[in-house]
Amino acid sequence: MAFARAAGVLSKFAVSKYPLLSGHASRSLSVSSSLAARTHVSYELKDDVAVIRLNDPTSKVNTLSVQMQSELSEVMGEIWSNGAVKSAVLISSKPGCFIAGADINMIQACKTSEEVTHLSQEGQKMFEKIEKSPIPVVAAINGSCLGGGLEFAIACQYRVATKSKKTILGTPEVMLGLLPGAGGTQRLPKMVGLPGAFDMMLTGRNIRADKAKKMGLVHQLVDPLGPGLKPAEERTIEYLEEVAVGLAKGIANKKVALTKEKGLMQKLQDTVMGLGPVKQKIYKTVSEKVQKQTKGLYPAPVKIIECIKTGVEQGREAGYLAEAENFGKLAVTPESKALIGLYQGQVICKKNRFGTPEKEVKKLAILGAGLMGAGIAQVSIDKGLNTILKDTAVEGISRGEDQVYKGLNTKVKKKALTSFERDAILSNLSAQIDYTGFDSADMVIEAVFEDINIKHKVLKEIEAVIPPHCIFASNTSALPIKDIAAASKRPEKVIGMHYFSPVDKMQLLEIITTDKTSKDTLASAVSVGLKQGKIIIVVGDGPGFYTTRCLAPMLAEAVRVLQEGTGPKKLDTLTTSFGFPVGAATLADEVGIDVAAHVAEDLGKAFGSRFGGGNVEVLKTMVENGFKGRKSGKGCFIYGKGKKEKSVNSDAEEILQKYKLSAPPSVSSDSDIQHRLVSRFVNEAVLCLQEGILTNPVEGDIGAVFGLGFPPCLGGPFRFVDSFGAEKLVSMMRRFEDVYGNQFTPCQLLLDHAKDPSKKFHK
Amino acid sequence: MASMLLNSMRTCPVSPARAVQYAARSLSTTTQLQAQVQTKSKKTLARPSVKNIVLVEGVRTPFLMSGTTYVSSFHWGLLHKTGIPKDAVDYIIYGTVIQEVKTSNVAREAALGAGFSDKIPAHTVTMACISSNQAMTSAVGMIAAGQCDAVVAGGVEFMSDVPIRHSRKMRKTMLSLNKAKTLGQRLGLIGSIRLAHLAPELPAVAEFSTAETMGHSADRLAAAFGVSRVEQDEFALRSHTLAKKAQDAGLLKDVISFKVPGRDIVSKDNGIRPSSMEQMAKLKPAFIKPHGTVTAANSSFLTDGASAVLIMSEEKALAMGYKPKAYLRDFVYVSQDPKDQLLLGPTYSTPKVLERAGLTMDDIDVFEFHEAFAGQIMANLKAMDSDWFAQTYMGRKSKVGTPPTEKFNLWGGSLSLGHPFGATGCRLVTTVAHRLQKEGGQYGLVAACAAGGQGHAMVIEAYPQ
Repeated sequence: MAFARAAGVLSKFAVSKYPLLSGHASRSLSVSSSLAARTHVSYELKDDVAVIRLNDPTSKVNTLSVQMQSELSEVMGEIWSNGAVKSAVLISSKPGCFIAGADINMIQACKTSEEVTHLSQEGQKMFEKIEKSPIPVVAAINGSCLGGGLEFAIACQYRVATKSKKTILGTPEVMLGLLPGAGGTQRLPKMVGLPGAFDMMLTGRNIRADKAKKMGLVHQLVDPLGPGLKPAEERTIEYLEEVAVGLAKGIANKKVALTKEKGLMQKLQDTVMGLGPVKQKIYKTVSEKVQKQTKGLYPAPVKIIECIKTGVEQGREAGYLAEAENFGKLAVTPESKALIGLYQGQVICKKNRFGTPEKEVKKLAILGAGLMGAGIAQVSIDKGLNTILKDTAVEGISRGEDQVYKGLNTKVKKKALTSFERDAILSNLSAQIDYTGFDSADMVIEAVFEDINIKHKVLKEIEAVIPPHCIFASNTSALPIKDIAAASKRPEKVIGMHYFSPVDKMQLLEIITTDKTSKDTLASAVSVGLKQGKIIIVVGDGPGFYTTRCLAPMLAEAVRVLQEGTGPKKLDTLTTSFGFPVGAATLADEVGIDVAAHVAEDLGKAFGSRFGGGNVEVLKTMVENGFKGRKSGKGCFIYGKGKKEKSVNSDAEEILQKYKLSAPPSVSSDSDIQHRLVSRFVNEAVLCLQEGILTNPVEGDIGAVFGLGFPPCLGGPFRFVDSFGAEKLVSMMRRFEDVYGNQFTPCQLLLDHAKDPSKKFHK
Repeated sequence: MASMLLNSMRTCPVSPARAVQYAARSLSTTTQLQAQVQTKSKKTLARPSVKNIVLVEGVRTPFLMSGTTYVSSFHWGLLHKTGIPKDAVDYIIYGTVIQEVKTSNVAREAALGAGFSDKIPAHTVTMACISSNQAMTSAVGMIAAGQCDAVVAGGVEFMSDVPIRHSRKMRKTMLSLNKAKTLGQRLGLIGSIRLAHLAPELPAVAEFSTAETMGHSADRLAAAFGVSRVEQDEFALRSHTLAKKAQDAGLLKDVISFKVPGRDIVSKDNGIRPSSMEQMAKLKPAFIKPHGTVTAANSSFLTDGASAVLIMSEEKALAMGYKPKAYLRDFVYVSQDPKDQLLLGPTYSTPKVLERAGLTMDDIDVFEFHEAFAGQIMANLKAMDSDWFAQTYMGRKSKVGTPPTEKFNLWGGSLSLGHPFGATGCRLVTTVAHRLQKEGGQYGLVAACAAGGQGHAMVIEAYPQ
C-alpha cells in the first residue's frame, strides 16, 4: 500500500499548479508582419503613463512566445519614441498570471543548441533594453511571475506585486533541466545577493509575494481586494494598475525612490559577501551541495553556478555569453528533454479527460483511519470536502485525527495556514466508529487491511448503508478491483483509487477501472482526485495494476542482489547513483517488508516465475523476526529516533547469509546490477502498455516517476527506452536472460522497438 | 437610569482610571413634549398579533476621545433622580466589547452601583459594534415574549482603559506559581521567568479569523468599491460639519452633562472637529501605506462613552404616564464574509429589514447609519446602488437603492461624534427617535456594521404626537 517516501526529491519536480512554461500552439499564429493587428500586447496612455497590457488570447496564461515578444518590442519602440510618455506600467490582464514563463514550444522547436543560444541572446537583448529604458518601467505583478516572466520583471526599474496567494515569483527553469536564460543569472545575484540567487535558481522554488518583498525582489505590495462593483480578481487587477500608475508617476517625478536606503546590517552583509574569499567559499559550498544532491546526474545546476560565477567574477559581458551558451547546451540534453516531458505529462495528468460527473462529490467517507486513510482525509478536508473518517476502534480514529491535525499544524508552523484556517479545515472532518452519515455520502474510499475477505465484508456492510449513487473506491495496492467488485450489488460503482504514502506528500493517484466500472464513476473519481491535488493516471485492472506490478520485479531483483552478497548500503548507493531518489533497500523498508512479502507472494502467484528472483522466504523470515521495515524500527536497516545515520541491521544480514546465493560474475558488475534492477522495471512497464493496462506511455512515465521514484532525469521507463535505445536494452537483457532465465525475457513490444529504431514511445 | 450610566462607567476602569466626567439628567424630563411638526400620515406598522414596544427615553454621556479627559479618582456620591422608580424596571441588559475581566457582567455591577434594586437581574451582551443594538433587541424580545414590561438597555465602552494581559508564558508561570507547594518549586518557577515574558499583550482591533485590523479591511473595502480619498474626506467633513451644527443648535438632547470632581462639567462630545479638505488631504494613510485612502481624519476614533435607553411595552409606558418617543419595529441581524465584506452589514441588513416591515427605501424618512469609516459608508452606499452586487452576492433580484443624502445622518455620526463600540447602537436609535420628532417623519432606519462581518438594521416608527 505504501509506496515510499521516495518522492521527497520528486516533490521538487512537482511543478506547481501554475504552468510555468506552457506549451501551446501560439507559434503557428506568429505572423510577424507589422501590419497584422496586435493581439497579445496593447497599451493606452493614462496621463503621461503608458499602461502596457499583456494578454495572450490563445491561452489561459501569458507566455513569452515569439508573438508576445515581437509585439512587446514593437510597443516598447512606440512608447520610447513618444515624447509625451514619461513612464510605463507593465501589467497582465489575465487573472492569476503575470507571465508564466517562456514558451516551451519555442525552445523545443529549435534543432540545435546554437538556435537555442540565439533565442537566449534575443531575450537578453530585449530585457537589457528594458533595463536601460529612458523612462521608468513599473512591473505590476498579479499571479504567477515565473521563469522568463520573472527575468522580464527584474529588468524593469520597479516592481509592485499583489499579496495574493496566487502571486508567486520564481525561476523554475532548473526543474526543466534549464537555466534562466534571459539575463536572470546575471541580474538576480545583484538584486537578492549571491546566496539568495543560488537558492532561487538551484531549487527553482516558488516565492510568495511577502517573502519576495523581504528579499528585495519586489519594491512594494498591494493587498488583494474583495468583491466590489466587479468580481474580486478583476477589481484587484484594476487596483494594482491604479497603484502602479501612481508609482510610475512618482518615479518619473522623483518622488518615489527606486532604491531603499540600506540598513547597517545589510551594508555589512553586502560587504562581507563581496569579499573574494567569502565568494569563493560560497561557490565551493554550493557546488559541493549540488554534487551531493544530484550525484552528477543533472547538468543544469552545475551550469547555473558557472553562469553566476562568470558574471560576478568576469563581468556582465562574459556572464551573458556564458548564460546564452549554457542555455543552448542544456536545452539539448536528454535530462532536460526528460524533465520537460515529465512536466508536460504532468499537465496532461492534471486534467479531467473524462468529463464532468453527474453529481459532484461533496461528502466523502473513508474507511480505516490508518496512515493511508488519515492521509486521504487530510488532503480532502483542506479542499473543502466534508469527510467522514471511520475506523473500528476509538484508538484508531484518535490516532488518525492526530495525524491529520499534525499534518495541518505543520503548515501552520510554516505559515502556509493560519491557526484559524486550520481549525476551520478540521471542522470538515468527522471521525467516528459507526456508519452515521454514510446515508448521505457521495463516495466511500476504503483503506482497510489488504485481505480480499475483509474487503468483501466491508463492501457488503457499506452497500447496506450508502445511497444508490454513492461510489465505492478501494485504495488497494495489489488486489484486482474486479475481485473486490465481485461482492458488489452494483459493480458499475466500484473503482480503484490507489494512493501513495505519505498521501499528503506523494502526488500520484492511480485510478483503476474494471470493464464494469461506469464512465461516470470514473469521472467522479478523477474529479475527486484532482480536487485533492493529485496527478492522476488511469489504468486497467489486473494484479498490481501498473505501479505495484512494475515495482515488484525490481524489488524481487533487489532481494536477489542482496542474497548474492551486495550489502543493503551498497545496494542503496547503486540505485541512488542511478537516479532513484531512495535506495532500493531503504525503499523496501519504507514500503514495509511485510507488505513487500505479501505483494511478492500475491503477484508471484499471478504472474509465475517471471516475478521470481530473490527468495520470498528471505522477506518472510525477516517479518517473522519482526523486521518489518521503518514502522517496526528494524528492516534492512535499524531506525531510531533522532539518528541521522542509519546502520545496517546485522540480524537481517544474518538472514541473508542463510539464503546466500553465489553472484555470477558475468552479470554482477555495478553497472550490471543497476541495469538488472532497472530493466525488469522497464520491461514490466512496457508489458503493461502492451497488455493495455496502460493506455499510453505518458501515464506510464508519470506513474513511475511520481509514484515509484523512477529517476526523473531519465523521464520514466518509456522515455528511458527511447533515450537508452531499445536495442541496447534488449541485448543487455538477453545477456541477463542467459544467466537467470525468463525474468529477463524482453516483452514483444520492447522487441518491436528494438527491431525498428524509428519506433519511439515519445515523439 | 442616568446613574446607571454613571456606574457602568465606574465599574469599567480600575483606579487610577482615566474616565469621562458627566452629570446626569433626570429621566423625568421624558414626558415633556416639544412642539412638533405634524407627521405625514402613513400606515402604521402595528400588527394585531405583535405587542407594541416603545422607546421611552434614550440618554448618553458625552462621547469623548479616549484619553482626553481623565481624573485620578472618582467621587460617586450623586445618585440621580430618575423618573422611573428603580424597582419598576424588570430587567437590565448592557452591551460592551472590550471587557474588563473583573466586571465581565458589567450590566449587573453597574445596576447595583447605581442603586437599582438588587432584585433586578442584569446581563451583558457582546456583538462588537452592535452590542447595544443587541442589548436593545434582546429587551424587545423579552417584552414581546411577555417576560418583562420595562427593560433598561445600554452600552458602554472605555477605550482609555483596556485590560492589558501578561504574555501567555507569563500567565502560565503565574498560574503554576499559585499551585506550587514548596519554596523550591516556587523559586524554580520564578527563575524560569525571562525578560521576554514580561512583554504585555495589547488587545488589537483585529479580526480573530483573519488577523486583519479593521482599518486595513476598510481601506481594502473602499478600494474594492473604487471609493476615492476625496470622496471619503468629503463625507468625513460632512459628518463633522453636520455634527457641529446639530451640537450648536442643541439638537443632541440625548447627551447629559456630567461632573467629575475637580474638573469642569463635561456636557459636550469633544471629537467634533470640522476641518477643511486641504487640511484633511495632508494626512497620510493610517493603515495601508503608502497608497491607502483611510486616514485618521476619515475614520471614527477611539472613544469613551456610555448610552442607555428605556424600553417598555406600550401599555405599561402609558399606564405609568410616559409619553413614548417611538415604536421599535422590525429588526434583523445579518452576517457575511469577515475578510472581504467585513463592513458591509448595512448593505445586507437594509433590504432585509425593509422587506420584513413591508416598506421601501422611499418610505423611510430618517436614516441613521453607523459610520465606522467614511470609506465604509461610501462602499455600502455603492454596494446598495449596484444591481450586480445584489444579484451576485446577496441573491436578490435588484439593488435596494441608496438613502437620499438629505435624510442621511443629518446630526453627524460616529465619524464626528465618536464611536464607543458598545454604546453606539443606543445613540443611533435615540437619534432616529429625536429626528423623527423634529423632522416630522414617520419611519426611521438604523443600520450598522460590526466586526466579525456582522450587521444589524432596525425600523423605528414615530410615536403619534
